Amino acid sequence: MKAMVYRGPYRIRVEEKEQPSIEHPNDAIVRVTRAAICGSDLHLYHGMMPDTRVGMTFGHEFIGVVDEVGPSVRNLKPGDRVMVPFNIYCGSCFYCARGLYANCHNVNPNATAVGGIYGYSHTCGGYDGGQAEYVRVPFADVGPSLIPDWLDDEDAVMFTDALATGYFGAQLGEIAEGDVVVVFGAGPVGLFAAKSAWLMGAGRVIVIDHLDYRLAKAAEFAHAETYNFTEYGDIVVHLKKITEFLGADVAIDAVGAEADGSFVQQVTATKLKLQGGSPVALNWAIDSVRKGGTVSVLGAYGPMFSAVKFGDALNKGLTLRMNQCHVKRQWPRLFEHVRNGYLKPSDIVTHRVPLEHIAEGYHMFSAKLDGCIKPIIVPDGA
Amino acid sequence: MAYTPEKPKLTESSDELRSRIPGWGVDLDPRDRPSVPKEKFDPNLSGAHWTFPERQPERWPRERSVEHRFLTPVFGTSCPPKGISGVIRRHAYRRYSEGRAAHWLLLLAADRVDVAENRVQALLRGRPDNPITESGVLSEFKRHGVASRFGRKRADLSHQPIDVIINVAPWLVVGYVGYRAVRLVTTRRR
Repeated sequence: MKAMVYRGPYRIRVEEKEQPSIEHPNDAIVRVTRAAICGSDLHLYHGMMPDTRVGMTFGHEFIGVVDEVGPSVRNLKPGDRVMVPFNIYCGSCFYCARGLYANCHNVNPNATAVGGIYGYSHTCGGYDGGQAEYVRVPFADVGPSLIPDWLDDEDAVMFTDALATGYFGAQLGEIAEGDVVVVFGAGPVGLFAAKSAWLMGAGRVIVIDHLDYRLAKAAEFAHAETYNFTEYGDIVVHLKKITEFLGADVAIDAVGAEADGSFVQQVTATKLKLQGGSPVALNWAIDSVRKGGTVSVLGAYGPMFSAVKFGDALNKGLTLRMNQCHVKRQWPRLFEHVRNGYLKPSDIVTHRVPLEHIAEGYHMFSAKLDGCIKPIIVPDGA
Repeated sequence: MAYTPEKPKLTESSDELRSRIPGWGVDLDPRDRPSVPKEKFDPNLSGAHWTFPERQPERWPRERSVEHRFLTPVFGTSCPPKGISGVIRRHAYRRYSEGRAAHWLLLLAADRVDVAENRVQALLRGRPDNPITESGVLSEFKRHGVASRFGRKRADLSHQPIDVIINVAPWLVVGYVGYRAVRLVTTRRR
């Protein structure tokens, strides 16, 4: 089969790779019909995530058709059209039994601090991802769901991470009616977080980014008030000024490891890999939220330490909430919101790239060429 | 404002927002939010029909964190460790917990060694890495890469000068060390 293969930082190619096989009785093999490149894939692509091995296939956002099932699979059969959450989880461990699917203890031998994720380095379990023609899906009775007939493929692929994570981030913010919510990052997850904040009753939603075309999308898609931080000497002071020197009630970091905004942070984190991520956005969130407010962290950071302003968080009495999203837990409610017309996830898709040209897709997404917000990967036979 | 008891007044009321924003407030009640409460004990929710899953066969000595009691019942089999990078990786997993910086720094170092090993291997196998196609740089010409450099605050522009230094410097260092080593050997022979 054809699959995207990592060749080192900023280098990928499409190779003929052995088709995945059933390795556990509850595995399924899924023929991928749509995958996406996620902002957090860029951390792998840039060589920031430890134990990202040459030869690995990325891709944790994908949907497809079941091709084969293992002997203990009861809930799926070949031919089923399925959406697969990015979390790999057993459904039965201490954490899964409490709905913390992202924190499953039975799928990632490489680490206990993070669960299993498709195509997300060996730190997340060493599973190949869905930017390929076929993918192995462990615990097929637990993770995947049938795609409802009324749900379009491009909407469905957004459910597997970006939409669910954005919505989850708004939940972590514990938004109350009339709250001022500031979202750092106008990428796909930030856009969905901003949109979801309204559903939870926000009184004002502000989005911060440095790319005007993404801010324009935030204004149009998420009805947000937008500011380009490069136009302000100090975006934190600006946010204080526009909130009558109180600060936001809730701040959402939807940026993560490769935050722009500080050259020193960029060099030490993104370039020299001496931090688990450049926490500029997270520090801005801590600084710009009001005392007693809540900071929700959606941006992916690596396992290494990062220079986070913990003292300020302490002295301001902040609530910091974070996790990888327990994707499938969000789906029933999100289905309702899409059916009711409150959300149209595929509205953020800007590019469709054939699997064969995925290296160019990564470069375009990484450099933010051509107004790229969300690229979808289409395998040849899909 | 912050200096008096009341919260600042919003420019739009809830009713105005409800009429302007599709779905405003439909999840206003936290009980309607799917991850609230954050932990809810329900072992029968997920569709698992096991209390401990059957174990996936271990086809090679699978590396694992020392913070795990045993190999997890299911695991990925993407790229087994091999070569010098594999030795470093196995050492990082065997010796250091996830709480130690050494663990992660060794893994990051192994990643760089892995790349070098694979570059050489690909060359020897007759399918060398192609910096043009694999870097995706051709999209610069197809996706308005040149235009994006002017007046559009392209994301990677501010870092490009440092990229050159960071990408080229290790090669210069390796070249210099190699040159010194060769010089050392040849002068000793004389």
